[in-house]
Amino acid sequence: MSLDPKIPAGPLDQKWTHFKNHAKLISPANKRKFKILIVGSGLAGGAAAATLGEQGFNIECFCYQDSPRRAHSIAAQGGINAAKNYQNDGDSVYRLFYDTIKGGDFRSREANVYRLAEVSTSIIDQCVAQGVPFAREYGGLLANRSFGGAQVSRTFYARGQTGQQLLLGTYQALSAQVAAGSVKMFPRTEMLDLVLVDGHAKGIVVRDMVTGEIRSHAGDAVLLCTGGYGNVFYLSTNAKGCNVSATYRAYKRGALFANPCYTQIHPTCIPVSGEYQSKLTLMSESLRNDGRVWAPKRKEDAGKLPQEIPEEARDYFLERKYPSYGNLAPRDISSRSAKEACDEGRGVGPGGLGVYLDFADSINRLTRPVIEERYSNLFEMYENITGENAYERPMRIYPAVHYTMGGLWVDYNLMSNIPGLHVLGEANFSDHGANRLGASALMQGLADGYFVIPYTIGEYLSTQFGKPRPQTTDAAFQQTEREVRGRVQQLLDIKGSRTVDSFHRELGLLIWDKCGMARDRAGLESAIQRIPQLREEFWKTVSVLGKGETFNQSLEKAGRVADFLEFGELMCRDALDREESCGGHFRTEYQTPDGEAVRDDANYHFVSAWRHEGDNVPPTRLKEPLAYEHVKLATRSYK
Amino acid sequence: MNFTLRVWRQNGPAEPGRFEEYPALDIPADASFLEMLDIVNEGLIHKGVEPVQFDHDCREGICGTCSLTIDGVPHGPGRGTTCQLYMRKFQDRDVITIEPFRAAPFPVVRDLAVDRRAFDRIIQSGGFISERTGSAPDANATPIPKPTADFAMDAAACIGCAACAAACPNSSAMLFVSAKIGHLGLLPQGIAEKNRRVLNLVRTMDEEGFGNCSNYYACEAVCPAGIPASFIARMNREYTAASVKEAIGATL
Ligand SMILES: Cc1cc2nc3c(=O)[nH]c(=O)nc-3n(C[C@H](O)[C@H](O)[C@H](O)COP(=O)(O)OP(=O)(O)OC[C@H]3O[C@@H](n4cnc5c(N)ncnc54)[C@H](O)[C@@H]3O)c2cc1C
Ligand code: FES
Repeated sequence: MSLDPKIPAGPLDQKWTHFKNHAKLISPANKRKFKILIVGSGLAGGAAAATLGEQGFNIECFCYQDSPRRAHSIAAQGGINAAKNYQNDGDSVYRLFYDTIKGGDFRSREANVYRLAEVSTSIIDQCVAQGVPFAREYGGLLANRSFGGAQVSRTFYARGQTGQQLLLGTYQALSAQVAAGSVKMFPRTEMLDLVLVDGHAKGIVVRDMVTGEIRSHAGDAVLLCTGGYGNVFYLSTNAKGCNVSATYRAYKRGALFANPCYTQIHPTCIPVSGEYQSKLTLMSESLRNDGRVWAPKRKEDAGKLPQEIPEEARDYFLERKYPSYGNLAPRDISSRSAKEACDEGRGVGPGGLGVYLDFADSINRLTRPVIEERYSNLFEMYENITGENAYERPMRIYPAVHYTMGGLWVDYNLMSNIPGLHVLGEANFSDHGANRLGASALMQGLADGYFVIPYTIGEYLSTQFGKPRPQTTDAAFQQTEREVRGRVQQLLDIKGSRTVDSFHRELGLLIWDKCGMARDRAGLESAIQRIPQLREEFWKTVSVLGKGETFNQSLEKAGRVADFLEFGELMCRDALDREESCGGHFRTEYQTPDGEAVRDDANYHFVSAWRHEGDNVPPTRLKEPLAYEHVKLATRSYK
Repeated sequence: MNFTLRVWRQNGPAEPGRFEEYPALDIPADASFLEMLDIVNEGLIHKGVEPVQFDHDCREGICGTCSLTIDGVPHGPGRGTTCQLYMRKFQDRDVITIEPFRAAPFPVVRDLAVDRRAFDRIIQSGGFISERTGSAPDANATPIPKPTADFAMDAAACIGCAACAAACPNSSAMLFVSAKIGHLGLLPQGIAEKNRRVLNLVRTMDEEGFGNCSNYYACEAVCPAGIPASFIARMNREYTAASVKEAIGATL
C-alpha cells in the first residue's frame, strides 16, 4: 500500500494558494444534498460544523458531553499562536513555520505546517470578529506573550482562559447554525464505531448516553474531531472523558494510526499527591514567561524549605543548559531536564517528584499586582489544589501527560486512507511531528476546522455526486450495529469483581513507566508482554454494573478502557520500532553523553503509519517518507 | 477523614428519587470532592451496588460540567466549582447531603446528573455575533480600549454550569443570560445585533421556564466564575431600551 500525502506541486509558499485556486468547488444547490457527520465539537469539530453548516451542507454533530460548549478545548489556558507580527519583533509566516517544524524535531510534514502558519493570521481575525475578548494593550491593540520554542511574542491570549474563549466563539458560531437548521447537534452521544460501505466511510454507530439506544447515522462523509488519547496514561491533564475510542475504532476498520508513540509530557503541572488522584492539573506554560525553574544543587537540600536554600545552592537548570531559550525551552526538553533533576535525587516535595517554578524575581521586578493581572486564576487554582500560596513560596511542578502528537494518518486534504473519513485537530497526526510547541494546538484545531476542511472536503465530495447516500437499514450498518451491541452486552455480562478504574490505573502506570518520558527496548518489550495479559484479565474479571438501556457511566468508561487496553500496546510497538530519540520520544539508548536526544535521519525520517491486521495479531508498519524540499535537517539546539 | 453521605438517587427522569446513606471512610484531606465520590463509588461497586452517577469532565473548574448541590448550595461551600472543592474544607464526621442542581428547566437524567440543554437553546436564540468564516477584517482594525475588553472578559468568563439558576429561589437564569448579553454587547463587534439579541435571549429564557429575578443575589454568591450581578441590571436596561424601540416599530 502506498501512502500518498497528496501534497500540491509548486514552491512551499504557494502550495496552498495554488490548491485553493484549483480546488473542486461544490455549488450551493449541491451542498444541500450532502450530509456530513462530524464527531466532536471542540475547536476542530465545532469550527468545521459551523463553517460547513454556514456554507450550506447538512451537518450532524456529535459530542459525549451534555453540551458542545464543554469539549476539552475549553481547558486550554495559555494561548494561541499566530504569525501576525503585531509586536514587530521579526515574526513572519516562515518563522512560525520553521519554529513549528524545528519544535517538532523535523518529524512533521512541511506542506501541512506551512499552511498552518499561513492561515494562523486569519484565525485571530475570525475570533476577534466573533467577540473573543483577547487581552489588549492600553492603546486598544491586541497583546501578545511568549511561549516555549520561540524567540518572538506571537501568542494571543484571554487571561488564563484562552481555550475557553476560543471554544465559546466556536460554540456560538455553531449555535447560530443550529438555530439556522443547518447543523443538528447530538450531545451526550458517543460514537462507538465507524461504518464502511464499499470501503468508504459512510456512517457511524452511536450510543445515546441517556437512553442507551444504539443506532446508526448515515452521511456522505465523516469527520473525526475527537481529540487526543492522553488518558491512556490514566493520569493526565486531559478531561476525564477524553478517549481514543473513535479513532481507535476507525483504526480497527482500516484507518492508519500514525506515530502513536509521540506523546507530549508537559513540564509544568501540579505534582501527584496521592493514589486516589483522578487527574493532573496543568499550570500554563505562559508562567514560564515570568517564573524561573530550579532545583537544589545538592541532594541534601531537597528536603529543605525553598527559602532555606540560598541563591548559590540553587540550580536554574534550564537557564544553565539552554542559555538562549532559558526557561522557555520547548516542552520535551524542559520535562526531561526536570525528570533528570528528580532522578538525581534533587526533586522537591512529596516523593521527591517536583521542581520549583519561582516568581520571586518577577514579583520584585514587576510588582505583585502585575503578576496577579497576568496569572491570578492560575495562582488561585494552585492554592486551591495544594493549599500553598505561590506568591510567597515557589510553585512545585512536575511533568505530566498533556497532548498527543500521534493520531490517524491524513493526507494534505485531512483525509485518512479510508475514502470519506477525514480527521481534524488533535485526533490527526499531521502538524506537530514529535513534539508540539505551546499554543499551537488551538491554532491547529481552528485552522483545520475554519480554514482547511472547508476547502479540502470538496476533493472527496466532488467524487460522490449522484451516488445515493447509503441508508442506515443497509446491511453494512446493521452488521456494525450488531457488533457494537454484542460488545456492549459482553461488557455487561462479565460480572466480575474488579473495577474499570483499577484496570485503567494499572494500564496507565505501566505506560507511564515504560512508554513515558524515557523509553528503552527492555521496558517496551515487557509492556508489550504485559498489556495483552491485562486485557485478558479485563475481559474476564471486570465489573460493569447496571444495564445498557440507561445512563450508565461505568459502561461508558469500560468501553473506553477496553480500547485503551489495545491501543496502549500499539503505542509501545511504535516506540519500540522507532530506534532513535526525537521530540517527546526519548529512547535512552539514543542520546548524547550530556543527555540530548539523538535523531537518526538516515533511517527514521518518516511517518510510521500502522495498519490493523486483526485482534491479537501484530499490526504492520507502513512508512510515509518525509520529503523535505525546503527545510534543511539540523540538530535541534536551544542552547 | 470520615463522612456520612446522603446522596440523591433517581433512576431516570420519570422515576421517583430518594436519599441513600453511604459512609465515606478514610478520605484523604487533599482529595477533591469528586475524588471522594470516586472512592465511595469504588466501594459501592465492590458491594454490587451501582455507583452514583454524576456529571464531570475537566475537573479543573472550567468546563462547567460538574453540578452537585452540596448541603443545599450549588457547588457547595467555597466559591469554585464542585470539582475544585477539596475535602479539607469539611470537618471530620460531617454528614454531607448531595443532590443534583435543582430547577424545573433541568430535569434529572439520573442520580445527580441533570439535563441543561435549556442553556444551549438560549444561546441558539441569539447569543452570538453573526459573522461569516473568512470574512473578518484585520484583528487590529478596531482597537478596543483595555478596560472595555477586560470588562467583556469578566462577563465572558461564565462557564455555563447553571449554578446560578439552581441557587435562585425563582430558578432565574438572569445571571447566565446577562453575562452573555454583557460580553457581546460591550464589544464593538456585537453592537449591530444588540437589540435583537437581548429580546430573543430574554424571551427564550422565559419560554424555557426560568423564573424572574427578584434580587436575592443567590446567583452571584454561588457563581464559580465570579460574574457580578450588576450585569443583570445592565441587561435590564438594554432590554427596556430594545423593547421600547420594538414597540414604536424602530428597526432593531
Ligand atoms: C489543560 C490543557 C491546556 C491546554 N492549553 C493549551 C494552550 O494554551 N494552547 C494550545 O494551543 N493548546 C493547549 N492545549 C491543547 C489543546 O487544548 C487541545 O489539543 C485542543 O483543544 C484539541 O481540540 P480538538 O478540537 O482536537 O479536541 P477536543 O476539544 O478534545 O474535542 C473533542 C471532541 O470530541 C468529542 N468526542 C471524543 N470522543 C468522542 C466519541 N467517542 N463520541 C462522540 N464524541 C466524542 C468530545 O465530546 C469533544 O466534543 C491544552 C490542553 C490541555 C489538556
Ligand atoms: S468538571 Fe469541569 S468544571 Fe468541574
